[in-house]
Amino acid sequence: MNTQVVSASSKAYVRQEPAAVLPPPGSLIGPLAWIRDNLFSSPSNILLTVVAAAVAYISIPSFLNFLIFDAVWTGADREACIAKNGVVPGACWAFVRERVNFFIYGFYPVDQRWRVDLFFVLGAIGVAWMLWLKAPRRDIGMIYFLVVLPLVSYYLLGGAAWLGLPAVDTARWGGLMVTLVVAGVGIVASLPLGILLALGRRSKLPVIKFFSVMFIEFVRGVPLITVLFMANTMLPLFLPDNITVDKLLRALVGIGLFASAYMAEVVRAGLQALPKGQYEGAMAMGLGYWQMMRLIILPQALKVTIPNIVNTYIGLFKDTSLLLIVGIFDFLKAIETARIDPQWAAPTTSTTGYAFAAIVYFLFCYGMASYARAMERRLSVADKR
Amino acid sequence: MKKVLMSVAVGAAFVMAAGSASAQTLNQVKSRGVLQCGSNTGLAGFGQPDAQGNWTGLDVDYCRAIAAAIFNDATKVKFVPLSAKDRFTALQSGEVDVLVRNTTWTMSRDTQLGLEFGPVNYYDGQGFMVRKKLKIASAMELSGASVCTQQGTTTELNLADFFRANKLKYEVVAFASSDETIKAYDAGRCDVFTTDASGLYAERLKLTAPDDHIVLPEIISKEPLGAAWRHGDNQWGDIVKWTHYAMVTAEELGVTKANVDEMLKSTNPDVKRLLGTEGKFGEAIGLTNDWAYRIIKHVGNYGESFDRNVGAGSRLKIARGVNALWSKGGLQYAPPIR
Repeated sequence: MNTQVVSASSKAYVRQEPAAVLPPPGSLIGPLAWIRDNLFSSPSNILLTVVAAAVAYISIPSFLNFLIFDAVWTGADREACIAKNGVVPGACWAFVRERVNFFIYGFYPVDQRWRVDLFFVLGAIGVAWMLWLKAPRRDIGMIYFLVVLPLVSYYLLGGAAWLGLPAVDTARWGGLMVTLVVAGVGIVASLPLGILLALGRRSKLPVIKFFSVMFIEFVRGVPLITVLFMANTMLPLFLPDNITVDKLLRALVGIGLFASAYMAEVVRAGLQALPKGQYEGAMAMGLGYWQMMRLIILPQALKVTIPNIVNTYIGLFKDTSLLLIVGIFDFLKAIETARIDPQWAAPTTSTTGYAFAAIVYFLFCYGMASYARAMERRLSVADKR
Repeated sequence: MKKVLMSVAVGAAFVMAAGSASAQTLNQVKSRGVLQCGSNTGLAGFGQPDAQGNWTGLDVDYCRAIAAAIFNDATKVKFVPLSAKDRFTALQSGEVDVLVRNTTWTMSRDTQLGLEFGPVNYYDGQGFMVRKKLKIASAMELSGASVCTQQGTTTELNLADFFRANKLKYEVVAFASSDETIKAYDAGRCDVFTTDASGLYAERLKLTAPDDHIVLPEIISKEPLGAAWRHGDNQWGDIVKWTHYAMVTAEELGVTKANVDEMLKSTNPDVKRLLGTEGKFGEAIGLTNDWAYRIIKHVGNYGESFDRNVGAGSRLKIARGVNALWSKGGLQYAPPIR
């Protein structure tokens, strides 16, 4: 057998060594090939590419011109941003710079604004502690975020005579601070409430089930604007004269309940996605209802619903802008109010204000979405095995 | 049965809300230590926060004047920004003590809402703005014009009435927001821009070349903007009314924020009665006799407030027009203090 091999390889037409590996043809690698594969692979793709390129070519330069190159960056009043020789300048960033404190703090007394800054810092620490998975002592972080932070913020922003902090009425709260407070309360309150409601809706106890279904369906059946109007306009009529519930608190409760009804349905979707075997297996192990939920069901259910939970959060964050119709000065309303000030009345003032709002909202929402994507990737490792 | 119970509860709630109107608003305000004033959520010249978050404007000054009369401190006001929809409920339910929010005084509001309307601190009305180069001097020459206006407002209805009554042809170009409307006018989509006259001046500043446009003299609707308070508390109504009248009287008599201290020594009986150096007019409305002095000291007279917020001293540069004193051809007229 050995001799046969030797004799075969000794033939002149038999290769003695393997052929050198050739690089793939030029048409299959490199940027050109990528372009052909991804942008020009079929007639319809070619058409789409050309149209998209044309749209980008038309819109992007004018966008950049407006936002950056033709923009006005400095100035004290509208004189800086009005048209000169009939030419309207780009974005009036001078306006945003002058009013940015109003956008962030609203009517909060100027000498007390350090309290809001401190609130932002404490909030950022809490968020980082909760979201950074390798952070030390995340159990303490949880307590800090869910118990300490709300309490401290309440006294810090509202005032506490025993700490020497003068009271600041919520009518003076405004701007980004209110947006973050409302969104934060909504986000923190809606998940636990939503989970309870979702469990209630799947409960076998008729009373609990009935009330959960009623609450969820009622709240989901009315628009958020209606809930806010109800809280803002109707509620005071039903209360005796000497009891006035704080306007912001009414809105907070309204938004919190509204968000939890939606969250309940999101969580219920996750609960229903789990195979029945998980429930039966847990029960067969002798786990009680709450143990089963805490150890087996909810960890899996919440994992599959992360995209939807974050979707609800992002929706909630943007819904806070509806507060403006009940006269609460959230971030968008602060911009809306500032843009009509005659001090800054100019052709591009409003557009600039809205552009600034869009950028800020985008940063927050994109941040939430990015974190959720990273989290999904991490949790899906188990599914890929 | 459930339904009956529910309606009883709702009815009781309304009765309680209505019952509160007869309570003494002044005592409530005094014990609270702050006046709660229903204000606009932002209207150029009338109620508008500045860069530091302080409210300024003609309506705001009115609220501050009431607070000054009561507390001798114009800062003791809590401004409650109210949207057009919830302003009356906020007043009815007692959330605010007085509503000064560019609210038009109409018969139905005065008679059907359980409210009282008071002195008009700004006579507004719908006006027109056109390009100067069209060489139009009067709204009567607007036949065949295209008019930019905001959708679904009374502005649109007044416009239709005006053109129909004068047998003029026109074409409406309506937009959803005021911002879109003024942009369209600026871009030349229409010949005429219309809204309330006070708004015309504010919108004009947003144009590419504000000086190329003029506001026509015709005012085609009546929009008396005034203060409102709950029906039934007449003492409180007197305070709100006379706060405005004191400011107008002060302008008439030449008493200003700057010279009010000197004026205390005046021998003019009208000035003496206004500033409380003679007579007990303040005590009659539950305040101190120097109530008007406080108003003028902290806020100024009506003319000063007008000038600072919407008039020549502001960026809006609205002419006094019908808001001038009666002695100068306007409608601002205060009954005598005596």
